[in-house]
Amino acid sequence: MIENLTPILVGTLGAATPLVFAGLGELVAEKTGVINLGVEGMMLIGAIAAFAAAVSTDGNLAVGLIAGALAGALASLPFGILTLSLGANQAASGLALTIFGLGLSAFIGQGFVSYSLSGVKPIAIPLLSKIPLLGPVLFNQDIVVYLSFVTFGLVAWVLAKTRLGLVLRAVGESPEAAHAIGYPVIAIRYGAVLFGGAMAGIAGAYLSVVYTPLWVQNMTAGRGWIAVALVVFATWKPARLMLGAYLFGGMTILQLHAQGLGVAIPPQFLSALPYIATIVVLVLISRDRKLLQLNLPASLGKPFIAGG
Amino acid sequence: MARKESPCMMTHMTNDKTVDLAGKASERPHVEPRLSLQHITKRYPGVVANDDVSLTVMPGEIHAVLGENGAGKSTLMKIIYGTVQADGGQLMWNGRETAIANPSAARALGIGMVFQHFSLFETLTVTENIALALDAPFDLKALAVRVKAVSERYGLPLDPNRLVHSLSVGERQRVEIVRCLLQDPQLLILDEPTSVLTPQAVRRLFETLRQLASEGVSILYISHKLHEIQDLCDSATVMRGGRVTGHANPKQETTGSLARMMIGRDLPICQSPEYTGDSRFALEVRNLSAVSVDPFGVSLQNISLNVQRGEVVGIAGISGNGQAELLAALSGEDSVDYDNVILDGIPVGKLDAGQRRDLGLAFVPEERLGRGAVPAMSLADNAMLTAHRQAGMKHYGLLNYAATREFAKRCIERFDVRCNGPQSAARSLSGGNLQKFIVGREIMQAPKLMIVAQPTWGVDVGASAFLRQTLIDLSRSGVGVLVISEELDELFEICDRIAVLSEGRLSAAMPKEQTNAESIGLLMAGKAEKEVA
Repeated sequence: MIENLTPILVGTLGAATPLVFAGLGELVAEKTGVINLGVEGMMLIGAIAAFAAAVSTDGNLAVGLIAGALAGALASLPFGILTLSLGANQAASGLALTIFGLGLSAFIGQGFVSYSLSGVKPIAIPLLSKIPLLGPVLFNQDIVVYLSFVTFGLVAWVLAKTRLGLVLRAVGESPEAAHAIGYPVIAIRYGAVLFGGAMAGIAGAYLSVVYTPLWVQNMTAGRGWIAVALVVFATWKPARLMLGAYLFGGMTILQLHAQGLGVAIPPQFLSALPYIATIVVLVLISRDRKLLQLNLPASLGKPFIAGG
Repeated sequence: MARKESPCMMTHMTNDKTVDLAGKASERPHVEPRLSLQHITKRYPGVVANDDVSLTVMPGEIHAVLGENGAGKSTLMKIIYGTVQADGGQLMWNGRETAIANPSAARALGIGMVFQHFSLFETLTVTENIALALDAPFDLKALAVRVKAVSERYGLPLDPNRLVHSLSVGERQRVEIVRCLLQDPQLLILDEPTSVLTPQAVRRLFETLRQLASEGVSILYISHKLHEIQDLCDSATVMRGGRVTGHANPKQETTGSLARMMIGRDLPICQSPEYTGDSRFALEVRNLSAVSVDPFGVSLQNISLNVQRGEVVGIAGISGNGQAELLAALSGEDSVDYDNVILDGIPVGKLDAGQRRDLGLAFVPEERLGRGAVPAMSLADNAMLTAHRQAGMKHYGLLNYAATREFAKRCIERFDVRCNGPQSAARSLSGGNLQKFIVGREIMQAPKLMIVAQPTWGVDVGASAFLRQTLIDLSRSGVGVLVISEELDELFEICDRIAVLSEGRLSAAMPKEQTNAESIGLLMAGKAEKEVA
């Protein structure tokens, strides 16, 4: 049993890592009251930028990740200008960003279709990786997976324990009150949007440089949308977002293994399973109005215009 | 926490003009005014919010800024607190000309502000809310201890770990005040601080303010309530239409003379004639209970009430004690059991708002723009929204626009609505004129029962008096009138009986002669505040 379970769990972590990065970034942005539906587009732009950078530096992972982060942040900038400085509708601007990212990454990616990278080897952490079941799953992973653990810890700590986190939450709760006591609401939201962009970029970079080290058009395959959905699923709590990401990653991997084992279920249904599960969970969560209202950033999606 | 000696004591006078302006400076020649505004002007498109405004506040002085809604008081305070920049004039702080660029600069100088609409964050704790406004190192545990200490010292009991959404309005105001006090302010600005407090809470607030003043803190107290200003303040600056109309010592003035400075004429008084007609129940509420689905809402608990034709019944209480939920159940926005709400003898609890209106209900909600009227639509179109059920407004199901315009025109004339005619957009009217239009629209439909929430909120004194008299006259024409209001003075002026809504429970409606503001205040405070007190 364990011999079957271990590869599934190991795969789960890999499949979930892009969701962790993109979801945490989106979570921070939404905490300040900005909903960015452009995650899919930013991930794609990050993915192609990272792939291009890695290819031209003989597969340098660090360069790839940094390029992905920068490209993602850069992609989120026009969204920030539209929604924060100009007060445009956040949903429409985010959708436009996704469509733009899809097209731009495909255009740039034309020249990179034939390339492939060697991928990244897992790093086994001494002693810890020898723990049965848990060891190979948690402590024999590539460095980016470890980085996702660290990022989660940082985001959770900053949001819960620091003044920065308190200010981020306050801006999302009531930008008017935050403005009245003297916080630069727009600048704080810019920071959160750019952070969200950078994280989406890293998520894309992981896909194109580590997870499947090659460039395929639209290779994110809806993961950006899942990340957006996960934030609601997690009711804006980082720990629940991790749980959601691993659940979803697990479904994806399980579906592959089930097909491999010849389970007599149509493969199309199995591929759809993670998405169906997401919808079911979202419906269940949305029924609990109390839970949602206590955690939902009250200003989510509403433009803030200073003055008056 | 020892209060620092104010630095202005040491600085010598640098500006003779300042001293001339300060009435008190000649008595205490060595004290600089804490704050001196000279010829402040602020223009907005179409209005001059502040026109050549000057005022002076001394250390330890409680200085009132008195004026009606729209007199420019709030704009002036925003200029002092740095949220708005003046177009012209000088601001002297402790004798030095100072420019206050933003609220943090104001706080750094020692200016604290308690906002009229609180600037608190609902889902954060008391301590977190206070930490956001302090520049001190981030240590929530140590801060909670300080919050507790300061709140006890000034008689403002607070639990630092409670979430703000679970606090009463009075407690929220304490959070704002404690937040200011932790910054060691030299000047504290309070913008209409008592509009949401019970009479008892007001008295306690005044004690706190006097204690602060005796420690050298200057206080700017913005209000339109004359007796409060006479009770609390040493001096007053009166504003009207953006200009200063006088400086006065409120203790040496009568309410009449202050009112004349404030509105330019005598305070109007309402007349309540006897009613001798048919006094059947226009409304009966029987054992109404409703669980709130909103986590920030209040559940109604076993509410019973009746309103007879020919009387005005008032429901006092601080907003957030079930007012919104009760209004929703009465207006038909929420569905309850048939027998919970009986309109003119007919059980209507499960009927929707439109069906209840068909049976003779008229309803004026608290939010004028957005619920009482559609802001971007013309007055004529807004009239049609509820008056379409009147004869002649529809023809084979199609709207008769000429009749609607005529209806709106009559309403504008009869209720003295100042506007550019039936085609003006609802949002272009001032609060008072829009309210007159909405109330008029409902009255012209000859209701059997009229429910009005906060009839004069944000309305100037003249229009308020008109609206109050209109409601009394309506009741005397044989209509039951139910008024929900936070303003106790208003309820005592117009109501025949008054009940109190507190934490979703309604007290028995007492004839006005058999009760007083004091006992109503105790009922308003309810259980929760008595425990902390």
